[in-house]
Amino acid sequence: MNNSTGTVPEKKKNIVELKNITVRFDGETILDDLSLSIGDGEFVTLLGSSGCGKTTTLRLIAGFLEPDEGEVFFDSKSMNGVPAYKREVNTIFQRYALFPNYNVFENIAYGLRVRHVPEAEIKERVQEMLTLVNLEGFGKRPITKLSGGQQQRVAIARALILKPKVLLLDEPLAALDLKLRKDMQQELKNIQKALGITFVFVTHDQEEALSMSDTVVVMNEGKIQQIGSPIDIYNEPENAFVADFIGESNILDGVMKADYRAAFSGKTFDCLDSGFAPNEPVDIVVRPEDVDIVASEKGMLQGIVTSVTFLGVHFEIIVDIGGFKWMIQTTDEHHEGETVGLFIEPDAIHVMKKSKYSGQFGDYSSYSDEMDTMSVIEDEEE
Amino acid sequence: MKKKTLGQQLLGAPYVVWAALFVIVPLVIVVYYAFTDADGNFTVANIAKLGEYKEVFWISIEYSFIATVISLLVAYPFAYLMSRKKGSTQRIMMMLVMLPMWMNLLIRTYSWMNILERNGLINNFLGLLGVEPLKMIGTPGAVIFGMIYNYIPYMILPIYTVMSKIDVSVLEAAEDLGSNGFSKLRRIILPMSMPGVVSGFTMVFVPSVSTFYISQKLGGKIMLIGDAIEKQIQSLYNYNLGAALSLVLMVMILICMALMKKFAGDSNDGLIM
Repeated sequence: MNNSTGTVPEKKKNIVELKNITVRFDGETILDDLSLSIGDGEFVTLLGSSGCGKTTTLRLIAGFLEPDEGEVFFDSKSMNGVPAYKREVNTIFQRYALFPNYNVFENIAYGLRVRHVPEAEIKERVQEMLTLVNLEGFGKRPITKLSGGQQQRVAIARALILKPKVLLLDEPLAALDLKLRKDMQQELKNIQKALGITFVFVTHDQEEALSMSDTVVVMNEGKIQQIGSPIDIYNEPENAFVADFIGESNILDGVMKADYRAAFSGKTFDCLDSGFAPNEPVDIVVRPEDVDIVASEKGMLQGIVTSVTFLGVHFEIIVDIGGFKWMIQTTDEHHEGETVGLFIEPDAIHVMKKSKYSGQFGDYSSYSDEMDTMSVIEDEEE
Repeated sequence: MKKKTLGQQLLGAPYVVWAALFVIVPLVIVVYYAFTDADGNFTVANIAKLGEYKEVFWISIEYSFIATVISLLVAYPFAYLMSRKKGSTQRIMMMLVMLPMWMNLLIRTYSWMNILERNGLINNFLGLLGVEPLKMIGTPGAVIFGMIYNYIPYMILPIYTVMSKIDVSVLEAAEDLGSNGFSKLRRIILPMSMPGVVSGFTMVFVPSVSTFYISQKLGGKIMLIGDAIEKQIQSLYNYNLGAALSLVLMVMILICMALMKKFAGDSNDGLIM
C-alpha cells in the first residue's frame, strides 16, 4: 500500500551478487539456497537474530569462507576460490581486531605497507584517514590506550584507506554503549554518503537497521525472509516472522472474505489488500500505534484492559479481546479493568499470506518486559 | 604506592625468609669460595685459572646455542599449528608434549644411551639391513640431540601460550587488508609471539649450557662447563675452582638473558624472566 517515498535510490548495477548459496557446517545447514544482489553504493543491512546466517553471508563475501554450493560474484566476476587477501572488499570486525603490536598510525597504514606504497603517500593517506574519523594527533598512540569508540574509528580508517568498493561491517557497534552507538550510526552513515562506498552491514538491532539502511535484508534460519526499504519492511512485512521481528505487531489469524474484506476476531473489516483467493486463510498484522481506543460502544471490537505501562511518550496498553491480547500504543491514559472499544482504519490492516511462522508470533498474552530484556541479552552474547 | 600494613608484611615474610635462605645465602657462599683458597684466604687465582677452561666454555655455548636454535625452529611451527587446532586436539597435543617431562631426566637420557650406543637399538636394526654400525654416542650430535630432546617442551609451552592468545579475527583482519600467508607471519604472528620466543629461548638455553648429565651419558669424552664444575666438586674436592666456574657461568647466563630482553624490545608481556 504505502509506496516508499524516495528512500530507495535508483538501483544501480550490482556490485555483489550471491547466487544459490548453500553453506553447511557439521551437517547443519547455515545458509539455504540464498540469493542476494547488492547494488553499487547501496547501504544494505543484513538483519536477524543470532544464528540466522547473517555473519556467514558476510564472511562469504569477505572470502573467509567458501560456499558448499553456489557462487559469489563481485563486479560480475566469480569470486569462488579467490582468497580474502586478493578481494577488493574490506571488513570491520565485531571486536575491531586491531593489531596490538602496532600503534594507531601503523594499524591504519597496514594495508598500504603490505602493498609497498611509498612512505610519503602512506603518510599523506593515513593523515587523511585520521582526519576523516576525527582522530587527528592520535597516530602515535598504542592501541591499548584507546577507548572503545576510538578503537572503532581506527578500525574504520584501517578498512577505508584501501578505498574498497564494498565495506563489510560485522556488528561494528555492538560493543559500544547506547549514546556512542547513536553517534557512530550517524557518523557511519555520513561516511558512506560522502565516499559513495557500498556498505554491507550486519546487525541484530532492528532500530539500527531501519534508521541506517537503504535496503534491509531480514534473515532467519539461513534464508532471506524479506528484502526491502526500511519503510516497506515495516509497513508491508512479508510474513509473521518479519512482522514480529521488526517493531511490535499484533498478528491475528484471519480469512480474506473477498478483495478488500478481511475477517478476524469475529468481525469483517475493510482493508486495502486484494489478490487473495476467496476465503483464503491469512495472517493479519495491525501495528500497536495504528489502533485507536474509543468508547466501548463506538469500537469495532470490544475488550478489557489488562495492563497499562507508562513509557514517557506513550502508554503501552494490553487489551484482551476474546482471549487474544492486543498491544496498543496510545497517548491517552486508560486503566486496568476498563472496557474499551478499538477502532481500526482500513490502512492499518495489513494482510499476509500464511507461512510456516503463522501462529508463532504476535500475541501479547505472555508478554512481559522481562522476556524482552532477556532476549536482548541473548543476542548480544553472540 | 600504598604503604603495606603490618598484616600484609607478615604474610609476605615467609617468602622473604625463603629467598634469603635459599637464594641470597648460597650466592654469597659461591662468591666467597670463588675468591678464596683452600685455607680461606682471599685470592684471584681461581678466576685466573679459568683461562684453561676457555675451550670448555666455548663448546658449551656453541652446543647449547645450536640446540636452542634447532628447538626454536621445530617448536615454532608446532606451537602455531597447536594453537589453531580445536580445543580437544590442543589438549591432546599438549599432553603429548608434557608426557616425557613426567619421566626423570636421568631415565630419559639413559634410554637414549641404550638406543644410540654401539650395540644399541638403532645399530642392531642397521645390522639386520647389513649396514655398518654408526658411531653416535660420544659425538657432538648426540649431546645436542639430548639437549633438544630434553628441553624442547620448555620452548613449545611459552610460544604456544602467546600464540593461543592471538585472536583469529586479528589474523583475518591482516588477510582482509591484503596479507598472504608469509606477510601475515612476518607482520603479525612473529612480532606478537616474540615474548614467547624470548622466554622459550632462555628456558632452553640456560639448562642446556649448564647441563652435565646429558654430556656425560651421550657425549663420551666431551666435557661441558657443567661437567667441569661437577668434576671439581665431586672428584677433586676443589670447591674454590668449582665456585669460580659457577660464578662465571651465572654471569654469562645473566648477560645472555639481558641481551635477549633487549632484543625482544618493550613488548614483554608473558615473559618468563
